Amino acid sequence: MVEKKLREKAKELLSKKEVDLIIGFGEGTQPLRATPVFIRNPEEADRLVWNSFCENNLATYLHKFSRFKVGIVVKGCDARSVTALALEKRFKPEQVVLIGVPCQRMIDRKKVKKAVKGEIHKVREEGEKIIVAGEDGDVVLKREDFLYPLCKACTHRNPVQETLRVGDPVGEAPLTEPNPEAKAFEKKPPEERWAFFEKETGRCIRCYACREACPMCYCTECFVDSSNPRWIEKSLSSADLEFYHIVRAYHQTGRCTNCGACERACPMDIRLTYLTQKLNQEVEELFQFETGVDPNALPPLSTFKTDDPQEFVK
Amino acid sequence: MTLDPLKLNKKDFQPFLEELAKDHELFAPVRLVEGVSVYRKIDPADEIDLDASNPQKPVKEVFFPQSEAMLRFEKVGNRHKVTSTDEVKKPRVVLGARACDIQAISLLDDVFLGKEYTDVYFLKKRQSTLLVGFACNHPLSTCFCASTGGGPFAREGSDLFFIDLGESYLVEALTEKGRALTQSKLFVKASEKEIALASDLEKKAAERSDASLPVEGIEKKLDQLMESRFWDRLHEKCIGCGVCTFLCPTCHCFDIVDEAVNEQGQRVRNWDTCLSSLYSLETSGHNPRPTGRERTRQRVMHKFNYFPKNFKKIACVGCGRCIVYCPVNFDIRQVIQDIKNY
Repeated sequence: MVEKKLREKAKELLSKKEVDLIIGFGEGTQPLRATPVFIRNPEEADRLVWNSFCENNLATYLHKFSRFKVGIVVKGCDARSVTALALEKRFKPEQVVLIGVPCQRMIDRKKVKKAVKGEIHKVREEGEKIIVAGEDGDVVLKREDFLYPLCKACTHRNPVQETLRVGDPVGEAPLTEPNPEAKAFEKKPPEERWAFFEKETGRCIRCYACREACPMCYCTECFVDSSNPRWIEKSLSSADLEFYHIVRAYHQTGRCTNCGACERACPMDIRLTYLTQKLNQEVEELFQFETGVDPNALPPLSTFKTDDPQEFVK
Repeated sequence: MTLDPLKLNKKDFQPFLEELAKDHELFAPVRLVEGVSVYRKIDPADEIDLDASNPQKPVKEVFFPQSEAMLRFEKVGNRHKVTSTDEVKKPRVVLGARACDIQAISLLDDVFLGKEYTDVYFLKKRQSTLLVGFACNHPLSTCFCASTGGGPFAREGSDLFFIDLGESYLVEALTEKGRALTQSKLFVKASEKEIALASDLEKKAAERSDASLPVEGIEKKLDQLMESRFWDRLHEKCIGCGVCTFLCPTCHCFDIVDEAVNEQGQRVRNWDTCLSSLYSLETSGHNPRPTGRERTRQRVMHKFNYFPKNFKKIACVGCGRCIVYCPVNFDIRQVIQDIKNY
C-alpha cells in the first residue's frame, strides 16, 4: 500500500538525516481534502497520507525552504515542476529528494460536491468507485467520471527525475485527447472566445490564489505589485482583470506542467487552464518541448538557437 | 421590538420585490456560475440565489465594496476640479444575508463608525440600508457561528427576518423600519402551525452549528504568544494568497490609490490583505512583516487579540468561508484549538 510505504520511506530519510524535512500530504479537516504537512521527526511520519485528494502541487513550497534539504512527495506533474525550477536555478538539485508517487489521477472535489445533494460527511475510495456518505445515505460514484480534466488527459503520471519511488509505475496512455479545454476553446468562433474569457476573468477578486498556488510564480516582485513602473491598476476594472490573466498565463509559456493548481485554488471557480494548455500546446508543436521532462533542456523562451522555428513570423 | 410573525407565500416574493423596488434599490445574492454567487444590485425580475449557502463574497461588499472610487479629479485650466463620487440615491434593501454576515456588519460598524472617526462612504450606505436577514436552516459542517456569539437564527442587526418554511416564509419585523416594509397586503398573519414549524427549524439549525470552539479567553492567551515559537510552524502551509481575508465578512483592510490617465483620474480604495508581503512593505524597502510567520500571526492576532482589545469582541463570526475556500485547507478552527492547547 502506497501510504504505508510512503511513511516508511519518510521515516528512513528523516532517521538517517538525509533530509531536514519532508513536505507531503496529511489528512484534511474536511471530506474530499488533503492538506500539506511538513514532517521533521520520524515519529511524525505517520501523519502522511496518500489518496486521490492530494491535489496540491507541493513544489510551490520549495521556495520557502531554499536553505534546507527537503524531501518532497510528488506526482508526475509536481515532479516536472521541480525539474523546471531546478533548471531555473531556484535550488541545487542535490537539495531536493523527490519522493515520486505514480499518480492515480486526482478527483475533482467540486464536481463531486455538485453531484451529491446536501452536505457530504465522509468520502472513501474503493477501486474504481468513490463512496460518498451524504445526508441521504451513501452515494456511489464512478471514479472515472469525477477526475480533473487535466488529470484525464495526463501523459506524465510517473514522476520524472525521482530520487525514489513509492508505488508501482502506471501506464502513460491518457483517457482523453491532450489539452481538452484548449481544444474546446479553439473550436469557438472569436466572439464566443472573447465572451468566455471576459465572463471568466470578470469574476476575479484578485486574491492571487492562482499565482501563489503555482510553483512557477515566484518572482520577488510580481508585475501586479510593482508601483514603479506601474503596469496595472489595483481595482476590478475588466481591463485590469483581463490584463492580469493574460500576463499570468503568458509568463508560464514553456514553464507550465499542466498540473492545474491555479484553477483548483480559485475560490470563484474561474477557468484558467485553457489558456496555459493552449500555450503548452503551441510550445510542444513549435519546439517539441514539454516542461520539466528533460532535466537538461532549457525552456524555449529562455534559450536561442539559430535554427529555431519561425513559422509564426509572418 | 417583536410583533406577531407574518407569512409571505413564496409565489408572492417577486411581487414583494416589485413593491420594494418602487422606493428602494435592492441587493441580493446573484449566481454567476454554478456554485458561485455574489451580492449584486438587482431588479425584481432577476433570478436571485437564496437557496445556496453563503455567497463567496460576504454582504460587507454592499457597504464596503472591494473597489470604490472615493473622488474624481480633473485638471481644468490651471486648477484641479474635484468631484465627490459617493451618492446613495435611493434607500436600499439587502435581502438574503445570513446571521453571520449581519453580525459581521455590526463589527464593521465599530471600525467605520467608531469613536475615533467616521467613514462617510460606509456611513451613507449603512444609514440608507435596511437588512432583510434570512435564517440559516442548514448550517454546514464548517460553520461555527454558535461559538462566536451568534447562531443560525440570530436576529440581531436584521430589520426584517425571513425563515424559509418551504412553500412560504415566516416573517418577523424586528425594527420600526422593517415593519414599514410589511405593510403590503402580501403579508398575512402567520398561523400557530407555521410559528411552531419555524421554531422547530430553529432548534434543528442550532444543533448543527458547532458551539464547541474554545474562543473564550483567546485574547489573553494570545497576549503571551506574540514572540512565541508557536507561529514558526503554523504558517508553513499558508501560500499567502488573499482568499481567507477577501472572503471574510469581518476583514476590512484597504489600500488607497490614485488612478490617473493624462489630466484626469480617481482616488480608489481597494480591499487589501495582511497576508500579502506588499501590504506591509515600506517605501524604504523594509518590511516589518517579512515572512509568512509574521503575516499569519497578524491575521490571527487581529481577529482574536487586537480587535477584542479595541472593541470587546472577536472579529470572527464563524461563517466558515476561510475554511471552505482555502486552497490548502488551512483551518482557522484548528488554529483556535492549537492556541488553546499551546
